[in-house]
Amino acid sequence: MRLILNGKRRELNVHPLKRLLDVLREDCALTGTKEGCGEGECGACTVLLDGAPVNSCLVPAAHADGARLMTIEGLGGRHRLQRAFVEHGGAQCGICTPGMILAAVALGPKPSLNAIKVGLAGNLCRCTGYSAIYRSIRQA
Amino acid sequence: MASRAAKAVGRNVLRKEGHAKVTGAARYIDDLTFPGLLHARTIRSTIPAGQIAKVRFKGDRAGFTLVDHHDIPGRNIVALIDDDQPCLAERAIRHVAEPILLLVHEDREKLRAAEVQIDYRPSTPNYDPETSAIAFKSIAIDKGNVDEGFAAADVIVDGEYRTGLQEQLYIETNGVIAVPGHGVAGGDDGITVYGSMQCPYYVHRALMILLGLPAEQVRVIQTETGGGFGGKEEYPSMIAGHAALAALKTGRPVKLVYDRVEDMLATTKRHPSIIRHRTGVTRDGRLTAMDIDAVLDGGAYATLSAVVLSRGMIHAAGPYRCDHVRIRGRATMTNTPPNGAFRGFGAPQTQFAADVHMDRIAERLGLDPVRVREINALRPGDTTATGQRLGADSSALRVLREAVKRTDFKKRRRALASSNGPAEAGRHTPARGIGLSLFFHGSGFTGAGEVKLASKASLALTGRGARIHVASTEIGQGTRTMLAQIVADALGVPYEHIDVNAADTGEVPDSGPTVASRTCMIVGRILQRCAEEMRGRLGSLTPRQYLRKFGPLTITKQYERPAGMVWDDTLYKGDAYGSYGWGCDVVEVEVDRDTFEVKATAFTTVHEIGKAIHPTLALGQIEGGSAQGLGYALLEDVVMRDGRMTNATLTNYIIPTSLDTPPMKVVLLENPYPHGPSGAKGVGEMPIDGPAPAVINALRHAGFDLREIPATPEKIMAVAS
Ligand code: FES
Ligand code: FES
Repeated sequence: MRLILNGKRRELNVHPLKRLLDVLREDCALTGTKEGCGEGECGACTVLLDGAPVNSCLVPAAHADGARLMTIEGLGGRHRLQRAFVEHGGAQCGICTPGMILAAVALGPKPSLNAIKVGLAGNLCRCTGYSAIYRSIRQA
Repeated sequence: MASRAAKAVGRNVLRKEGHAKVTGAARYIDDLTFPGLLHARTIRSTIPAGQIAKVRFKGDRAGFTLVDHHDIPGRNIVALIDDDQPCLAERAIRHVAEPILLLVHEDREKLRAAEVQIDYRPSTPNYDPETSAIAFKSIAIDKGNVDEGFAAADVIVDGEYRTGLQEQLYIETNGVIAVPGHGVAGGDDGITVYGSMQCPYYVHRALMILLGLPAEQVRVIQTETGGGFGGKEEYPSMIAGHAALAALKTGRPVKLVYDRVEDMLATTKRHPSIIRHRTGVTRDGRLTAMDIDAVLDGGAYATLSAVVLSRGMIHAAGPYRCDHVRIRGRATMTNTPPNGAFRGFGAPQTQFAADVHMDRIAERLGLDPVRVREINALRPGDTTATGQRLGADSSALRVLREAVKRTDFKKRRRALASSNGPAEAGRHTPARGIGLSLFFHGSGFTGAGEVKLASKASLALTGRGARIHVASTEIGQGTRTMLAQIVADALGVPYEHIDVNAADTGEVPDSGPTVASRTCMIVGRILQRCAEEMRGRLGSLTPRQYLRKFGPLTITKQYERPAGMVWDDTLYKGDAYGSYGWGCDVVEVEVDRDTFEVKATAFTTVHEIGKAIHPTLALGQIEGGSAQGLGYALLEDVVMRDGRMTNATLTNYIIPTSLDTPPMKVVLLENPYPHGPSGAKGVGEMPIDGPAPAVINALRHAGFDLREIPATPEKIMAVAS
């Protein structure tokens, strides 16, 4: 399969039904995408597929064929959301953080509080109680 | 050396590993791999009680290694307190999901597909903690004479309260990798275990005993840890033992990372409780006698039940003063997976009962809930149930008054009460209510615990500052950052010049477990003393000048009990904790009159924590702990059937999402503890003590007389009139 992964053309030889999550972590050595449940409930495995957030634990590799895929590594390290998550306590243990940040990227600039709450409803965080995540996104 | 650094304590410096966490560079256990890595799978019992009759591997065994209790070179126990739990079951089975053997293979698909048939001779399980004949621990606390206290009472109020299981639900599941060879001296003997954990030295000790190895042949290294909340306090000793046995048998690195279902089915949870209160009170609202009886369901093995019970009982009377108190508690055995550490450690259960009961007392007397608490809240100079005389650093009344003021509680309560009038009841407007809770939480190990632990911490001079060596782990709460702030100020160097070593038993001293809200107050204080001495040694030299002139400098110090602290472990009397944090929560709820679903709509909490070393981190603890407390109160329902969790998936066990969590208003107050670093007390656990009683009190106000959590719609429907 071919795809554009974090802005670069990639060709991968993987089983079409392999979970996209495993393709990223095992075949591409991109371990920033996390597994929290493997059943589409926690959002820790969120990546952006053609700009839209998906749970990569539920997506078979074949779905990413020909797509633009973005993982946390593709954000570089200077994105305003990344900085804001460090400054405002949006990341505690950090296991939900890559998925949270990508879900927040998909909300576009300056989302309303309500848009954030709805947009992140599929991303669980057990550490923060979400408030610090809202502050991070709103002040990014 | 001149003190030119801006003060770090009290400022929101950038967290040490923040950048790694937001870029995906932070390495958690499942992100690591080793050459020749094998995977392991745990085969577990499917019955709650009985004997193993026969174990058979079905199918082709090629490439598989089987590990069972015969492969244990040392003692077959998960060493902790009672040493009653086998690492791998031999014959007897005490609970569902008890580990029996491990399968090891390089291919995870083959591992998943493998089948092992186990025949059992089942026996009759017991799931009732009250009738259980086995008590892991019993505790009695007596103050004054309750008979006298009841004789002086005008009214006696009885109540029975129940709390359920709760799953820690860290988003990163339990996992370890064991690698043959101990690494410290580069030798081939021994074992190194990497893993997600709170207490590397607990794992270290458990491995020594399980494997029969000397200390220097066991090395335990914490990897970045995706949440713990107590769930990675004792369990990692079990899973590390399994991986280590497999690694030693195969001579190759072995990874054992649980999937979510296994983690929920097999690992520890919060102890359920049944707590009865009988309280004597005068007509004007003064407590004259408190008689409290509590049972905690320990599950199948002792794990940490004894200490969970201890903290629970010490907090059982709540933050209230009373001359005559009798507390009886026991943690008993049942045939369910063992319960264990979870943020709060017994105190959320007992303070739930105490503070829901307090509202029932107010109701009986026709007093408002604020008044009854004002009358009875512990003041400086008062004594707790264990007879501890409180110092000026206690703040019950202060947090109560602040919360009442911030929420305009009394007015709000009247307004909501009238919105629930009979005219509204028929319509499809939700029932609404507001409730509050007052609570406290002791910082550090209970009683003589800190003296027994004798924690050590080290500070090593570096060219630009110093490097912290502790086994205290960063699990999201901000250990690295907060300790570095304390050291930076004490040493007089910028925060950025303080490094923090990995929690690696090959390199750091045993600063004790990362539990009990002790890391800042206890370990932080030891490090502060290290830094003060280092600063003295440096004199006018910079670190670089000192190193050039005198060579390396490492300062190690040990915990010192503050003068005057006394504790009697047999009588359960004395200074249970060095200090307490104090909190007051106010919550508003809405109950749908058709579905009986409850929504928390507003939440305010006032926390007095001595000193916020890092206000953003402290806020994070309070908001996160409060959200877990709201989940505990309303959503989180572990459904057990025949000794097995039947809803062991994230689809069916619901934790709060962004949509379930109300806006939170947090007020931080600071009343310094003289022996904490810069006055700091603990903050990690206390936030989870308050939400559940506040929610149930709010539900009572909304018209639903519930005495149990989680307050699921079914339970509310059952009490709806
Ligand atoms: S791991 Fe994909 S949603 Fe949880
Ligand atoms: S920061 Fe730990 S789960 Fe979100």
